[in-house]
Amino acid sequence: MEQALPLIFVAVMGLSLLLYVILDGYDLGVGLLLPFANDQEKDIMIASIGPFWDANETWIVMGIGVLLIAFPNAHGIILTELYLPVTLMLLGLILRGVAFDFRVKAGITKKTMWNNLFFLGSLIAAMSQGWMLGAYITGLTDSLISTLFSIMIAFCLPALYIVLGSAWLLIKTEGELFAKSARWLKRSIMPMSLGLFLVSIATPLVSELIASRWFQLPQAIGLMPIPLTCLIVISLLFYVSNKKVEVIAQLNPWLIFLGPVVICLMAAIGLAYSIFPDIIIGRVTIWEAASDTSSLMFVFYGVAITLPCILLYTFFIYRIFAGKATELSYD
Amino acid sequence: MEFDPLLLARIQFALNISFHILFPTISIGLGYFLLFFRVRYTLSGDKSWEYLYSFWVKIFALTFALGVVTGITMSFQFGTNWPGFMEKAGNIAGPLLGYEVLTAFFLEASFLGIMLFGKSRVSNRMHLIATAIVALGTTLSAFWILSLNSWMQTPTGFRLENGVIYAESWLEIIFNPSFVYRFFHMLIACLLTASFLIGGICAVRMIKKLDGAETHKGLKTAIIAAAILVPIQIMIGDLHGLNTLKHQPAKVAALEGIWETEKGAALTLFGMPNEQTRETDWAIKIPKLGSLILTHDLNGEIKGLNEFEGAHPPVAPVFWAFRIMVAVGMLMLLVAWLTCFNLRRKASLPRWNLNLLSWMTFSGWIAVLAGWYVTEIGRQPWIVYGIIQTREVVADHSSGTVMTTLVAYCAMYAFLMVSYVGAIRYLSSKPAKSLLQLHEYSTAAQTHTEPS
Repeated sequence: MEQALPLIFVAVMGLSLLLYVILDGYDLGVGLLLPFANDQEKDIMIASIGPFWDANETWIVMGIGVLLIAFPNAHGIILTELYLPVTLMLLGLILRGVAFDFRVKAGITKKTMWNNLFFLGSLIAAMSQGWMLGAYITGLTDSLISTLFSIMIAFCLPALYIVLGSAWLLIKTEGELFAKSARWLKRSIMPMSLGLFLVSIATPLVSELIASRWFQLPQAIGLMPIPLTCLIVISLLFYVSNKKVEVIAQLNPWLIFLGPVVICLMAAIGLAYSIFPDIIIGRVTIWEAASDTSSLMFVFYGVAITLPCILLYTFFIYRIFAGKATELSYD
Repeated sequence: MEFDPLLLARIQFALNISFHILFPTISIGLGYFLLFFRVRYTLSGDKSWEYLYSFWVKIFALTFALGVVTGITMSFQFGTNWPGFMEKAGNIAGPLLGYEVLTAFFLEASFLGIMLFGKSRVSNRMHLIATAIVALGTTLSAFWILSLNSWMQTPTGFRLENGVIYAESWLEIIFNPSFVYRFFHMLIACLLTASFLIGGICAVRMIKKLDGAETHKGLKTAIIAAAILVPIQIMIGDLHGLNTLKHQPAKVAALEGIWETEKGAALTLFGMPNEQTRETDWAIKIPKLGSLILTHDLNGEIKGLNEFEGAHPPVAPVFWAFRIMVAVGMLMLLVAWLTCFNLRRKASLPRWNLNLLSWMTFSGWIAVLAGWYVTEIGRQPWIVYGIIQTREVVADHSSGTVMTTLVAYCAMYAFLMVSYVGAIRYLSSKPAKSLLQLHEYSTAAQTHTEPS
């Protein structure tokens, strides 16, 4: 059991962060699309994410929390090295989170300002998360290469979020806004794909360790499904989003949303494969960083009981708020 | 100009946690009031209770959001600025924080969606349950974080090996000696903060003649709650003090400004603690009262600060924060009881009473901050009392780096505070009839009800 616990916890952490990217990804993506909508559309877009954003954001607290619980030394090293992008991300998330309420509770004259801050907060959060991811993949080193790589991902991650966000809007909206969302999706696939491609070729270039894991036969053949799946999904998304709006409206929008979800999943698997068993690439393994077994066991029981409950009532909440977004009313 | 990075880091943590605590303090208390309003409406059918709920749920939602985002900031602060704490005490802190996320955060965040936006989508019963779960979630959150914070004050159930703390008994860790007192002291503080917030805003509405029957009901509910809770809080505070004397005598010495160990110590009402001369200048004292309050024995012994030289907190901040907290507490008692007296005797509250209530609107914030400063500054120089010192666990950032983030947080918080108070004032100025029609996005309704 002692050997298994760090594995279990790194899996829980990975799952939490993956869920975070998908869930907060779509609501940050919606925030990024706000400037392209008129005032009434902005209201509907925010109504489509209103009941969900708080719980979505909690997955990052869970992910970082598991890092803290299970790998406290690594937690300290990682957050200390990522001090500036983490602070930026927090400021962005703060702005975005409070903008939900302030835009309607601060008086009509302030609404435009808060809509802009909603967008700004979403942008800052998304870009700094990209920066954090880039720095983490390059092993938290301080080189020019890793800085450039981080800057690149700082632009790519928002692109992914926009794809998630516009796909979410296809589920939640209709009429003119639905048509707009379809156009947003169409236009954002290329930037996202380009970003994904750049990240894929850059990662083995910046890290010899990762290169050696991917480009050796026979592993390379076994790993082919990952990029292949991404290619297939991207092509499908491209094909679907180029259809006429009326045709798109006939499809099940959840299937379209599944597209970027699968891409996130593939990226996560790829990243996990690249890093395992390290928690800080080239420096610390999960077994070296793991906390004491007794503490892990204590939390394990809690996770085993509460995580399924969390997933259950999350599903329950999405059921209650299923269907097209309606105005956010307290009555 | 070179600032000490440790001091900057401590100021930043103090800033982050002070700003954060303002909002859950209101949310935890307000959540229970909202539940009360909904239950009263369900049982009586009196629309006033629904109006009250409609009004206060908006302030609740706004406050909750601020609590969440500043709370996320807190969850990162340990790692970004105090990694040593995680290294040495991570085996304790990790699981307790983890349980807070697992049992409280997800619960309140998820059911908040139903409580705020699902009223028309679920049955009344389901909505009541959702509201209760949100209130429960916030309380669970307080449970876990206060358990951890109390463990840092009175650590038990662990062993120390090579400078790292390992868990031995989770029951002893969670239910450490000071936990129960601090948890209930905080919980009631939350309820009191919400009471005076509700009382104050209702009073303002009555002064501006924006009121209907519901405003009077709201005020009455809040002030009666306060009148009952303040005496209970004082009793818990007293028990908390006895507990602190037993486990953290240096903290008690500091908050009382007692330098030399004595039996039958006087109560120093006011004075200026002087760390150079190790005396309290210009002290106004009441004989024997110090020992009576702190030990319940006129001749009880209080250890003085000189017994802990080198390992006691800065005296003046703790001394004054304590007096501010007690003064506000006494004021709360006075105002609550006075208002209740007037409520019973007169048909409507006199103007001076309403003014008094309006000035007390944010009194809870002052008391809560003062109290937390007593207990946290009072714990210094320890981060885990008697075991690990704060300066041992700080991160290695340059003072320039910490100064940058400190200024950024400062600016953000100043902006948010102005916006928050502004929003509360804006919401409080809406005429009663508009309350039920103020929807999230109905811009048409907003322009109709906008005061000219």
